[in-house]
Amino acid sequence: MPSYTFPARFEFLDEIRETVAQVARAGGFSEKAIYSIQLAADEASSNIIEHAYEGESDSPLDLTCEMQGDDIVIILRDWGKSFNPAGVKDPNLSADLSTRQVGGLGMYLMRKLMDTVRYESNARTGNLLIMTKRRE
Amino acid sequence: MEITTQEFKHCDLIKVKGRVDSSTAPQFSKTLEKANEHGRFKIAIDMAELEYMSSAGFRALLATQRNCKRYNRGEVVLVRVPERIREALELAGFTELFKTFDDPVEAVGSF
Repeated sequence: MPSYTFPARFEFLDEIRETVAQVARAGGFSEKAIYSIQLAADEASSNIIEHAYEGESDSPLDLTCEMQGDDIVIILRDWGKSFNPAGVKDPNLSADLSTRQVGGLGMYLMRKLMDTVRYESNARTGNLLIMTKRRE
Repeated sequence: MEITTQEFKHCDLIKVKGRVDSSTAPQFSKTLEKANEHGRFKIAIDMAELEYMSSAGFRALLATQRNCKRYNRGEVVLVRVPERIREALELAGFTELFKTFDDPVEAVGSF
């Protein structure tokens, strides 16, 4: 599986989005789906930098991305703080302007944009975020 | 990302080009905050040449909309929102928080 390691810095988000877009484009996804996949990979990576690593650093962010049949499979790995994804509540999208919360929006978008989002964490493998989306 | 601001009598037209993500959103936020600091609360954001915006950009829009609408002193409106970005804003439930316009002249004239 093709794998890349980026320093956990926001300036590498461009490259991360470009990497998943290339795989998705070669895999025959529509432009609309490619945008969704890029956004999901960006939100996941941004969350890792912000929350797992608690800010930008040179810690490793591993990206693995490939087509498996009709599915694109994106795996992001970090060695920072783990979290409980079930504890991330969906934001209340009908709240008015003054009470609207923006926390959890990235996770919410990932779940909406991809078909599956799975999270695993253990000391041996680090934190793994595995997302898939099927070509239409 | 590239931002240009045009000041009109009744509002600012802020044109944002390129990509807004966690890397560039702080600069986008800063431009919007600066407008507010100068007492400009009526803001039209022209997205015609915006290629990409993540939730980091959405957060900046939300914070600015809150600040502008306080005391009824103004509002942020969005202009020429590209389809992909509109879809993402919709998914995030943001479309009902912002008026949108297809024409910058109409947006500027709405204030």
